[in-house]
Amino acid sequence: MRAYVAIMAAIMLLAQTVWAIDAAPAFSDPQLQARYEKLTHQLRCLVCQNETIADSNATLAADLRKQLREMIAAGKSDQDILNYMTDRYGDFVLYKPPFEARTVLLWSAPVLLVLAGVIAAFNVIMRRARLPMEESNDAMSDDELDESRRRTV
Amino acid sequence: MWRYAIPVAIFAVLFGFLFVGLNRDPSYVPSPLIGKHAPAFSLTTVEDPNKQVSPEDFHGKPFVLNVWGTWCAECRREHETLLEISRQGLAPIVGLNWKDERESAEQWLRQLGDPYAATAFDPEGRAGIDWGVYGAPETFLIDANGVIVYKHIAPLTMEVWNREFVPRIRAGGGRS
Repeated sequence: MRAYVAIMAAIMLLAQTVWAIDAAPAFSDPQLQARYEKLTHQLRCLVCQNETIADSNATLAADLRKQLREMIAAGKSDQDILNYMTDRYGDFVLYKPPFEARTVLLWSAPVLLVLAGVIAAFNVIMRRARLPMEESNDAMSDDELDESRRRTV
Repeated sequence: MWRYAIPVAIFAVLFGFLFVGLNRDPSYVPSPLIGKHAPAFSLTTVEDPNKQVSPEDFHGKPFVLNVWGTWCAECRREHETLLEISRQGLAPIVGLNWKDERESAEQWLRQLGDPYAATAFDPEGRAGIDWGVYGAPETFLIDANGVIVYKHIAPLTMEVWNREFVPRIRAGGGRS
């Protein structure tokens, strides 16, 4: 089992390098490279839409990666770069939409849905907790109970 | 009684969201550039590597910026419409030849006709990024003050031109 996990982990690590889009790492400085990779995973490829620019083969994604590399090399901050992208392509270019009036429902939906589920579950459980005695009384009269017992005996 | 209303309400909300979603084009990305000043560029023209063209050259009256490339099949389909629009002469069309080769672009204009007042050559797509272009064809309308007032994504048709562009050009302080 342990060997299996180790093999799978090795394969996954390998797969990551295989799937990296640009042949060579963009920066020799590991810190810049980490920033570059983080940002490419935050930006959407607008042609393919469901891929980040890190994963996309589209030429526009390649252009945006190039732009990104140059901006990082020029010493721009992450926020500068994200602003640059949203100024041109809108919030849609961000994989993680900003929290604002327009996106309140989007961001709060998971919490609201969990809350609704908890409330529903609570109601059902409370009702069940009150039921058993009444239910057995309702479902079968004492006579019927006696009769069913007699039949099983 | 209201226990039955809850599933119905949930269904109605879901139905509403999904129904609206059905009629939306997921490939349409609204441009944040509407209402903003047209991004500047200074590129050479397709025809002449020594001649520069910039959106500034066309400020003072409304103009159209059309993004195209010879690799783009939809652009070919759109070309006839652009020729007709240029014959109308309501507003000049500036071409932005995006991520293309100069020779192919020149040949395209020779063979199919040239509807453009000038065509900027943007092989690396820099100006394209500045204009928020993510596909071709895309067509922008810039008013007399140099502000982008409309963007059409997908091939331009006379119907779209007459409905979206013409009234805006007439309202945009154009002298034409």
